[in-house]
Amino acid sequence: MPWPIDTLPYPFELQFMQRALVASVVVGVFAPMIGTFVVQKRMSLIGDGIGHLAFAGVGAGLVFGVSKIWAALAVAIAGALGVEWLRSRRTASGDLALALFFYSGIAAGVVLVSLAGGLDSSLLVVLFGQPLTVNDQEIAIVVGLGAAIVAAMLVLRRGLFAVATDEDWSRVAGLPVGLLNTVLAVIVATSVVAAMRIVGLLLVAAMMVLPVASGQLFARSFRGTLWWSVVIGVASVVAGLAASRIWGLAPSGTIVLFSAAIFSVVAVAKRTTVPKLQAEGAGL
Amino acid sequence: MTASEVLAEAAPATLIEATGVSFSYGRQPVLEDVDLRVRAGEFVALVGPNGSGKSTLLRVLLGSLAPTSGSVRLFGEPPSRFADRARVGYVPQRPVLDSEVPATVEEIVTAGRLARRGWWRPLHREDHVQVGHALASVGLAELAKRPLNELSGGQQQRAFIARAFAGEPDLLVLDEPIAGVDAESQRRFRDSITHLIEEHGAGVLLVSHELSAVAQDLDRVVVLKRRIVFDGPAAQLAASGVSLGVHPEDLPLWLEELR
Repeated sequence: MPWPIDTLPYPFELQFMQRALVASVVVGVFAPMIGTFVVQKRMSLIGDGIGHLAFAGVGAGLVFGVSKIWAALAVAIAGALGVEWLRSRRTASGDLALALFFYSGIAAGVVLVSLAGGLDSSLLVVLFGQPLTVNDQEIAIVVGLGAAIVAAMLVLRRGLFAVATDEDWSRVAGLPVGLLNTVLAVIVATSVVAAMRIVGLLLVAAMMVLPVASGQLFARSFRGTLWWSVVIGVASVVAGLAASRIWGLAPSGTIVLFSAAIFSVVAVAKRTTVPKLQAEGAGL
Repeated sequence: MTASEVLAEAAPATLIEATGVSFSYGRQPVLEDVDLRVRAGEFVALVGPNGSGKSTLLRVLLGSLAPTSGSVRLFGEPPSRFADRARVGYVPQRPVLDSEVPATVEEIVTAGRLARRGWWRPLHREDHVQVGHALASVGLAELAKRPLNELSGGQQQRAFIARAFAGEPDLLVLDEPIAGVDAESQRRFRDSITHLIEEHGAGVLLVSHELSAVAQDLDRVVVLKRRIVFDGPAAQLAASGVSLGVHPEDLPLWLEELR
């Protein structure tokens, strides 16, 4: 892609901002999309747990001298499969299974990073994200993984919806519940790693959950929630990046704060308008 | 063709059949030597006191649990090998939907087409037509676009029945579908069940303590207390002083005495 794109105005007129915008918008699309199903399954924190597992993968990549992102992806997928395996066998509750992997992952990450020589600035980027410094290769990875995630979600959405809303019924109806849950876990793991460079492992779960929290306040259907969440996710990254440039703020944190702010505004507005509308409807 | 073959051909097909089924959780026996059969066009109620093994029997019949001994056949095949799952409609007991993410009545009912169409395939016009029929049959067509969690308990239960109908089942299995729902929903429930049996020749297995709404339509009542203690027409229960239709409280009281 030719950088910079001349037609974009301030604050996106510079090359590094345009790279950040492309990568962040991709995250703003796929993270809330997968998040809608995760929230429906009452597993809102799975992104956080998988993020900590991915940190162990980053540490392993440093120790063994392989790509951090691919090592993180391998460990995150393996961990997601483990969480799903424990959950499906009810060996541990969803929360307990997450906690087990969550703490093991972060502990393994700390040990591996220390073996590799300790924290450096590149690890801070992994933990907290930094979209302003992404290069073309990193953008290609984010776009490629993002496209695969969106394509998978579009194909699987009906089955995932059925399983997320009523697992027992889906099993009797002959849906491959185990397969769909496993695929969802793999997609979550892939999403965490794809978003790692942009919003960081510690904030990636926020991009899966906060836009959905706002979207469900706007929408009256699952489909509507999904698309509203994507719109809010994209709006959050665009506004967050713009604000970070204008006021010199950390972009990943600003993006997430915008997402949280949108939720707060929508929740307060809904709380004040809905009772009013109900009162009007009741002729009061 | 022999006489027995002619008779077998004339008899309605057996949809679900349990023969000598026993099941235990560890050392705790839950089902003992249970025989149960539902044929096409039959409306069978399965009742029993709390803890009698009804839910476990349903799970065994549907293949979610394997019997400790005995055998189960769904459309003539072991449940684990039965692939044409669209032929079985299921209404679970108190389905749990996350109220955080809204889902419309139509979205829930449309899920009922997945087994018939294939969960990965796009839906066709015919699927939407069947969803419309299913919604109309339970009286929810006008509420199709409403979020499910804004509906009353009875209306929600009708939505789950419509989800089962949408798959055009040959066998409908319902687990306590009308517990605590309003009279209008009970009337709609009865109409939709009898329509499914009379128009489509489906078999229905209903687990419920509240049979007054369908008392006149039942072909058989099966009473379970770990083993089958009664299997016959509802009229025969009257001989035990159990009136399903006139005195709806009779059945729960009688079942309680069975404990």
